[in-house]
Amino acid sequence: MSINQNANASVLPNFRNLGILLRILVIVDGACLAAALLKTSEPLALMEELIDLSALVQPILILSLLTLAAANDLLHRLRYLYAIAALIAIELAVTTAVYYLGIHVFKGMGALERYWLITLLMTGILIGYFDLRGRALSPALTEARLQALQARIRPHFLFNSINAVLSLIRQNPRRAEHALEDLSDLFRVLMADNRQLVQITSEIDLARQYLSIEQLRLGERLQVEWDTADMPSDALIPPLVLQPLLENAVYHGIEPRSEPGVITIRIRRDGDRVHLVLRNPYHEESDHHAGNRMALGNIRERLALHFDAEASIKTTAADDSYQVHIVIPYLKGVA
Amino acid sequence: MAAGQALRVLIVDDEAPARSRVRDLIGDCALKLPIEIAGEAATGRQALEMLPACEADVVLLDIRMPEMDGLEVAQHIQKLDEPPAVIFTTAYDAYALKAFEVHAVDYLLKPIRLSRLFDALTRARTLAPLRLDVLRELKPEARTHLSVNERGRIHLIPVGDIVFLKAELKYVTVRTAEREFLLEESLAKLEQEFLGRFVRIHRNCLVAKAAIRGFERATDADGEGHWAVVLKDVAEKLAVSRRQQHIVREFGRVL
Repeated sequence: MSINQNANASVLPNFRNLGILLRILVIVDGACLAAALLKTSEPLALMEELIDLSALVQPILILSLLTLAAANDLLHRLRYLYAIAALIAIELAVTTAVYYLGIHVFKGMGALERYWLITLLMTGILIGYFDLRGRALSPALTEARLQALQARIRPHFLFNSINAVLSLIRQNPRRAEHALEDLSDLFRVLMADNRQLVQITSEIDLARQYLSIEQLRLGERLQVEWDTADMPSDALIPPLVLQPLLENAVYHGIEPRSEPGVITIRIRRDGDRVHLVLRNPYHEESDHHAGNRMALGNIRERLALHFDAEASIKTTAADDSYQVHIVIPYLKGVA
Repeated sequence: MAAGQALRVLIVDDEAPARSRVRDLIGDCALKLPIEIAGEAATGRQALEMLPACEADVVLLDIRMPEMDGLEVAQHIQKLDEPPAVIFTTAYDAYALKAFEVHAVDYLLKPIRLSRLFDALTRARTLAPLRLDVLRELKPEARTHLSVNERGRIHLIPVGDIVFLKAELKYVTVRTAEREFLLEESLAKLEQEFLGRFVRIHRNCLVAKAAIRGFERATDADGEGHWAVVLKDVAEKLAVSRRQQHIVREFGRVL
């Protein structure tokens, strides 16, 4: 699952990002201040100490940042560990260069190895910091992406539904009212914050509301069979798993036919697992596979995010029917 | 479509509520414009059957319909002696809309606005007829049917029924198990459109792969031997040209 990989993999910070550069400057200079404070606390002496330190540290720091900014693209193309090795090599080289330039200017400089050690320590602290920060942020990025995916509603469905409701207003105002209520319920869920698991019964209610809107325009062409006798009604499920699958079933299985077609939904519990099996008629000639994959990919990612390897989704295309089989762990709860 | 007479509109949409909405709106237009409903059809096939008799001036044609979509129906409509004007209707079709704008093809977005429908119908009498090449470009996928005009009516031939296509002068003969039709199209373009369904056995002949029973050796008038295709549902045997002999091996079903 790409989402999981993104969440766990370490990534080098972008050295051309001003925020990143500022963080590096603040941390290194903060360390300098701490080092100076260790030696003395008398203000004037402290100033002198800081100036002495800065004379050596700042050139290394500035030169490092310039080199890293220049090498940024190259470093990001490497695998993380190789990039770290390259980064350390760059730092040591910069330190050595500044050391040999500085040896003529400053008196009483220690051995080169001492400066190498300091540079290595600082580099290590910074790498560790950026790694932790990246890990802390990535779930937020993942969630943002999830919400963007869920906000995707088939425009085809929206406009056709509104059209169907408009046609009812003159002949059957009550039915039009009812349809608009269903439509607004559906959109409320589509636009809600959908990160929490919901009770399976509320997902089924939503699916029924969706199907009744589709029934409006497709009439008897759309036939639905529910088999929920063995369904545990306290099971939890990620929201918007059933509805997008039904939308696919209608779009690919019912709309391309002029004869009536049946969509069957079977939900049952098997030990500590809940099985959802959805089947619709299918013609090989009716193509629109791209949209199908998108909804399935989204559901697959969300299942992985909630249940990791404990959930599965499998699709089978037979001669005349298409089946989606979802298995999720049986989690009880009152949502 | 003589001016002054009522404009006759045929409504084609697979969804009943969509048809009834257009019917309501046309009722509203009729208050200001001489206009009447020529008929309603739920499929493209039904629309093509109704068209010659219902004397429609305009067809309001939904694009996404089962079996045969509106863009293909429009292609078959052009085979009529006096094809009516076509105005497409669609709920959402990002790709097609851009192409419609480019080629100035008239369309209405669903839900349809009364004022847009009124404007479109007012313009309808002066609308330039749709061009087949533009329609082909709008829908580059293969058609589900070929069509011929027979005594003013459109006859649809399901592509699956075609046994072979043979080029003769400026026509292509379409052979099905039952009979044959003359088509005014080019064999090369048909080969391109239905890529994979037919195999070329001769410069002038495409055979449906599914219709081939096998191959046998035959002797032509000069006493020279060649391969011939034996078909499943048609007794006629078709000569394989020397250049296309390799297909015999590729099929691997020599009698």
